[in-house]
Formats: sequence, structure tokens, C-alpha cells
Amino acid sequence: MKFTKTLATIAIMSALTLTGCSSDEEKDASLTDGSLNGGMNDASVSGLNDSSGMNGSGMGGRFGANGGKYGSKGANGLPPEFSDPNNPLSKRTIYFMLDSSQVQQDFIPVIAAHARYLLANPSQHVVLEGNGDERGSREYNIALGEQRSKTVAGMLKAQGVSESQLGIVSYGEEKPVAMGHDESSWELNRRVEIAY
Amino acid sequence: MNLFKKLVLVSAIGMCFAPIVNAEMSIEITEGIESAMPIAIVPFASQGASLDVSSVVDSDLTRSGYFKTLSPQRMPAKPTSADAINFPDWQSVGQNYVVIGRVQPNGGAYNVEFQLFDVANGSQLLGYRMTSSANDLRKTAHHISDMIYEKILGKKGVFSGRIAYITSTRQGDQSNHKLMVADADGANAQAVATSIEPLMSPAWSPDAKRIAYVSFEKRTAAIYTQTLATGQRERVAEFPGINGAPAWSPDGSKLAVTLSKDGNPDIYILDLGSRAVSKLTKNRAIDTEPTWSPDGRNIVFTSDRGGKPQLYSIPVQGGEEKRITFSGSYNARASFSPDGKFITMVHGNGGDYRIGVMDVNSKSISVLTSGPLDESPSFAPNGSMVLYASRKGSTGYLSAVSIDGRMQQKLVFDSAEVREPAWSPK
Repeated sequence: MKFTKTLATIAIMSALTLTGCSSDEEKDASLTDGSLNGGMNDASVSGLNDSSGMNGSGMGGRFGANGGKYGSKGANGLPPEFSDPNNPLSKRTIYFMLDSSQVQQDFIPVIAAHARYLLANPSQHVVLEGNGDERGSREYNIALGEQRSKTVAGMLKAQGVSESQLGIVSYGEEKPVAMGHDESSWELNRRVEIAY
Repeated sequence: MNLFKKLVLVSAIGMCFAPIVNAEMSIEITEGIESAMPIAIVPFASQGASLDVSSVVDSDLTRSGYFKTLSPQRMPAKPTSADAINFPDWQSVGQNYVVIGRVQPNGGAYNVEFQLFDVANGSQLLGYRMTSSANDLRKTAHHISDMIYEKILGKKGVFSGRIAYITSTRQGDQSNHKLMVADADGANAQAVATSIEPLMSPAWSPDAKRIAYVSFEKRTAAIYTQTLATGQRERVAEFPGINGAPAWSPDGSKLAVTLSKDGNPDIYILDLGSRAVSKLTKNRAIDTEPTWSPDGRNIVFTSDRGGKPQLYSIPVQGGEEKRITFSGSYNARASFSPDGKFITMVHGNGGDYRIGVMDVNSKSISVLTSGPLDESPSFAPNGSMVLYASRKGSTGYLSAVSIDGRMQQKLVFDSAEVREPAWSPK
């Protein structure tokens, strides 16, 4: 159970760093706890109104975690070099070719710059968020996105970054940044975001 | 533990709530079959009922594509009892069947009666009386549609079933994801889970009482099971890495899932009682998207061990892994027909993704759709149709196609991006 506790702590720590939306309603999560950890449930869920004659305006709400891209845009609280366009640290998105998790030549210096920063700041943690384009099946794209994150993680580790500084998550095709349905959007969506 | 509780409280305050707005769905037949059966659903005699039962039956049968109903304006008469039917009149307007019925109050509920007649010889093929609460009148209407469909076509109807799907809407930078459940005709759509982080991969339990799905609400993937009637849910897998692609065993006691906790994505069997997981595939490539054969013996899954994603099969107890797809550069996301004779999948060639159906014995694949971005196919509970997600321009929609490819319906929603449909098994 050790790792689940750590996970729960990480989840909560990240929840704390997010700017939750304001609400005067303090709805408790009186839902069945998962057995892996007893934390709260963050998506709002509701019972199905099973009588077919009734309308479906069930209770509901939204979890207020920040869905924003704080990794690639805001650079909240990061040193100035992160917003200097001439500094490779200002680039925090690595793009990939179709069906590939190979890092292209152009991005090697970017990853090296982040490796140096992380080495110099051993308490800094980043999450490598893997993503893919919309083509093909969704769960397979989750697996592809994870491969991309792992490739970047492997390069950071090869340059001495500690595994404990790195988190990995794959969103597959679920979090596109470009909403079109052609190659110009797809190439922007095949990416790993280095989220500080 | 105190600190833990405090933290939970703090993050709970960060939740915010908004009313759920349900997208309205409509269904268009985009390709009907020429031999659709002419049938007249005469408006039922009805006292005080809030729902027009006969019009629900009429639209169910029309929507199936196998029936062509007669509009009430063109009916020679509107009989509500058997002795008032003059069969030659119906024959002269080209009808093969006539349905009449009555809905009458009975205490706080209703008596619903209907009869189905064969116009050619005036014989009664079906005659039923049911009691229905006011709230259940729509369900009763779907039940009547199922009985008529089965009597005339000899296979079970699917009008009483439900579909689950995911919708996604964006406002500025924020997305809103919902797991929806609706009646098979799109009525009664309700959000059963809502999150600003992605929700994915809904899968019905065999008894249709629960749905397993993936949620990223904690910014990592976890698999939940949720009981529809109560909204109660349990987090059943939250390992480091991927927790994805849940598929129920036919007896409902286990899930096949994809986990990457030991390195790369592999198929695991999760026992829902003990929560024990056991690793089934042990390949260094991507293994994902498991599905159970209806006899519970084999798992079919997607693997790119040969370079490109293809379907493989492995006994549930472990054993030899066999590749089962050989045509097309991309075969993924398999799902069995209820009788186990067919597998539907995403079938891709050169960046074009369509829905295919493979005959399990001959291994031959027929392509049912025109692509280019079709995905997430699953069978209707009677095996007659495949429901899938498609896209035209910027709109994602759901579609259903008969497995002979002759009949096609489009399920259109008024707003949200809609995907990952799953038809309830009953």
C-alpha cells in the first residue's frame, strides 16, 4: 500500500497547487471510497434517473481542478529564463512524427536545457504529459502517448535527472491543443508537455 | 492521517458545481433498406396519459430501418378495437401489418393494451395487456416495439436498451467531459459523471447495472466502476502509469484492463472481489484494448508487437498468443458480437480508419463504413448492428450500421462532441 499513499499525497499536493474555482457549496464526496485509497472522488457523479418519464436534469457539478496548460503557457512562479524566447527553457513542448516516439534532432537541445535545470534544482518536479493525434483508437493512443513521455523521461535520466523528479501521464488524444482535423492540427497534438 | 483528512477537505472546497445541460439527440436514417416492412401503427386510444405511446412505437420501428410506417393522415380509419378493423382497407393502402392499442388509467398507473394483426388474413399475431406507471410509459412503449420487431423479424429488438457515451465541450481553455447514458432512441439522456479532465472507455457490466470507465480527474488515469441506479462508484485501479481499457468478464466478476505499472502496457485481469491483479500478456510492445470472448475463454487485444497494431488472442488462463488479423495495416479496439461469431474493430489503411467486421472462423473482414475517422465500434445486444463514433468536419457524432452494411443511422446531438458509444447488453 505504500505507493498508493504516495500517489494520494501527490494527487492532493497537486490539487492544492491548483486554483480551484470558488464555490460556497462544500459538497462532500459521500461516494463509495475506492479501496486503493480513501481519498475524495473528484468527478461529480450522479445516480441514473431510471424512470423513463422523468426528465434528466440530475444533480451534478464539476471538479474544479485547473485544466489549464500551466506547463507550456503560464510558467507560474518560474524564473525569468522560462519566459525568455531565446532560452531553450522557454520551450516546454516536444513534438513527434506520426506513430513515432523518437525525439527529433531539433528538440535534443531543449531536453538538455531542462535536464540541466532539473539537475541544478533537485527539488523541482515535472510531469511529462504525453499526447497523440486523434487518428486510430483511443486507448492505443494512450499507450503511444506514454511511450513518448517515457522517451523524454529516458533522455532526462540519461543526463542525470533523478527519477523522483519525473512524473509521467499520458492523455492520448483526449487533450488536443489544436482542434482541427488535418495534418496541421495533428502535428501540434503529437507532443509531450514538460509541465513544471 | 489527520493531515491527510485536512488536505482532502481543502481540496473538496475547491470543487465547483454547475448545472448539467443535456444535449438533445436525434436519429436520422441515412441509408434504409428497400425491403422495409409496411406497418400501420394506429394512434392508440388514450386517456390522460402524458406520453403518446403509439408514436414512440412508430418512431422506434421507423428508426430500425426495417419498417416503413404509415403516417396517421394516410390511414383509411383509426380503429381502436379489433372488430373495428376492416382489413381490405389496409390492404388497399399497401400495409402488411396493423397495430392498434389502448392506454387507460388504472388507479395511479395505466393499463396499456396492444394487438398486432396480419393484414393478409386478418389474424392476430400478438395481443398483450400491461400495467405501467406514468413514468414507465416510454419504457413500456419500447417494450411493445421490441415484441413487434421480434414477432415479425424473428430476432430480438433493441429498443429497450440504453447507450452510454462520452461528450466533451470546450469553453475557452476549459473542457467539460461527461459520461452520458440515454435510452436507445436518445431520449432521457443523463450525465452520470462529469469532470473537467478526460473521461474515457465506458464499458457496461453484463447485467447492465454498472459501467466501468477511465477518469483522469486526479490528473492521472484511474478505473472506476459505477452503479447507475445509485451513482455509487468505486475506484478499482489506480496504479502508476496507464489504467485503461476496462472490459467486463461475461460473469461480471472480473475486468480485463491495461496497466503499465511494470513498464510497458500489458493486459491484466483484475478480480473485482479481491482486487487482485494478474498479468496476462508479457510482451515488450504495446498490448491494450482487451475484450472477452462471450464464452469467457479468450481475450482478444490490440498489440503492435509486429510493428503495427493488430489483433491477437490469448486464453484467459494464459498460453499461446495468436495473431488473428492479417489484412489492413491497422486493426484495433476489438469487440465481439453477442454470439461470438464476429469481431468488430477499427480497420485502418494508410491513415484512413473505418469500421470492420471479421468472421471469427474464416478471418475475413468486411468493411462497413466509409471513414476516414471512425472508431470505438460495439455490437447492439441482438448482434444486428454496430454502433460507432464518426466525424464529419468539426462534428463528432455516433452512427449505427447493420452488419450487412445495408442500413445506416446517424445519431445527431445538438452541440457537444460525442464519442465512445457502448450499447447496453440488455
